Amino acid sequence: MAEFLSLKEAVARHIHDGDTLAMEGFTHLIPFAAGHEIIRQGKRDLTLIRMTPDLVYDQLIGAGCAKKLIFSWGGNPGVGSLHRLRDAVEKSWPQPLEILEHSHAAMACAFEAGAAGLPLAVLRGYIGSDLPKVNDQIRFIECPFTGERLAAVPSIRPDVTVVHAQRADRQGNVLVEGIVGVQKEAVLAAKRSIVTVEEVVDDLGASVNACVLPSWAITAIAVSPRGAAPSYALGYYERDNAFYKRWDAIARDRDAFQSWLQENVFEEGAVS
Amino acid sequence: MSLEYTSAEMMSITAARALTNDMTCFVGIGLPSEAANLARLTHAPDVTLIYESGTLQTRPDVLPLSIGDGELCASALTTVAVPEMFRYWLQGGHISVGFLGTAQIDRYANLNTTLIGDYRQPKVRLPGGGGAPEIATNAKEVFITVTHSRRTFVKEVDFITTVGFGRDGKARDNVPNIGRGPTVVITDLCVLKPDPATKELTVTALHPGVTREQVIEATGWEIRFAETLDTTPAPTEQELTVLRELKERTAAHHAGQAQ
Repeated sequence: MAEFLSLKEAVARHIHDGDTLAMEGFTHLIPFAAGHEIIRQGKRDLTLIRMTPDLVYDQLIGAGCAKKLIFSWGGNPGVGSLHRLRDAVEKSWPQPLEILEHSHAAMACAFEAGAAGLPLAVLRGYIGSDLPKVNDQIRFIECPFTGERLAAVPSIRPDVTVVHAQRADRQGNVLVEGIVGVQKEAVLAAKRSIVTVEEVVDDLGASVNACVLPSWAITAIAVSPRGAAPSYALGYYERDNAFYKRWDAIARDRDAFQSWLQENVFEEGAVS
Repeated sequence: MSLEYTSAEMMSITAARALTNDMTCFVGIGLPSEAANLARLTHAPDVTLIYESGTLQTRPDVLPLSIGDGELCASALTTVAVPEMFRYWLQGGHISVGFLGTAQIDRYANLNTTLIGDYRQPKVRLPGGGGAPEIATNAKEVFITVTHSRRTFVKEVDFITTVGFGRDGKARDNVPNIGRGPTVVITDLCVLKPDPATKELTVTALHPGVTREQVIEATGWEIRFAETLDTTPAPTEQELTVLRELKERTAAHHAGQAQ
């Protein structure tokens, strides 16, 4: 059964230096509050996994938490670059960052394979792309039935997955609604999982086919209102697109970034 | 009386015209999204738009800033998980057109959105592939829209993120279960199509007022022109009005979201 913890306690207890960590949420439900708590607790040498690193990993990378990034699209959607990610890749600031790069289709399949307990994912992918030349985790296999050449990538099985969701009930069952991304797959693929939620309710109000994560499939739940802002939680608040645009100027400059981090992360405590 | 319009508007409107009502289009963010929604709001009201965030048959009132804005989900027929999106709907063969943008394109319509320079020591690190590598091979055909300049139109891309026709124009030959690849490239100057035999991009139509010299000047290889070169029809008043209103609504929506 999922254990209800404060965000501070959940991060302290379940995320360790050197872990492989997936914080998922496809534009929607990105667990920013948890990311900030990881920065505050000074976690180091993390291998960060996320299809779209987004601002949350730009912040963790700039804060020096990451040694490696596994991703498939590393931009600020509709705005431009993730400047902290670029600074780490191009100039090794604040430290070198190893990258392992995939396509969305491959990462989505790799999360699904992880959830399915398989060692690899198979897809009709990467045809003619140079990505297999720079990522030795992309291989090709022959279909034993048809002989078709197909791409294979290792499944993703993180030490810890962190996702945000709309709500949990008092037993710790969680409802995820809207753009569900790879949240369910990422939780089921991981050894441990932390789910932050907007609120805890008596009844989830889930329709019969809703995306519900049972309490017994989750390690810890932390209540974190507005925990996905500046991304969004369908039914609770909208994406703060203006902040995503402002982030460009903040992240472009190392000093501006560090001031932002100081004011908005280090001087803000986690909700406990 | 002729209408005033910009080359960017000309590009979006021409790109929109490439889509028809019966298409199921996997839409990239940015210029493709603008063109696809313009098509839906003008001549192709029933075109099916799909975004990689899992939103099927979506009808946003404003252009999304990201591929997963709430507007896409709220106006969609249904929203599926991302693995399902790529496996069932794209790889499963339900997408007739992939509509992509790019940072660099070469004469065989290969796309680079990964980096400029050397992979381990890039001069400029770009966002990466996202959905494009598999959209380009699993969709039945691919439309590309990109601004025309020597920076974007290079003889050979630094990195093939997403295949057009490969370094030699033959990357799709004898590959089973693969789409036709890029069939049209729409820029702010012209329309290009791959040569049926060599697959090299060839200019088939110039936008009104654009000269061959302008296209030659903006292209990083010795660009070829079709024997019969058309002139793209100018935007209509209705197309311009709908595009401008869409962009105004979008700007107001995204600016109004500050805390």
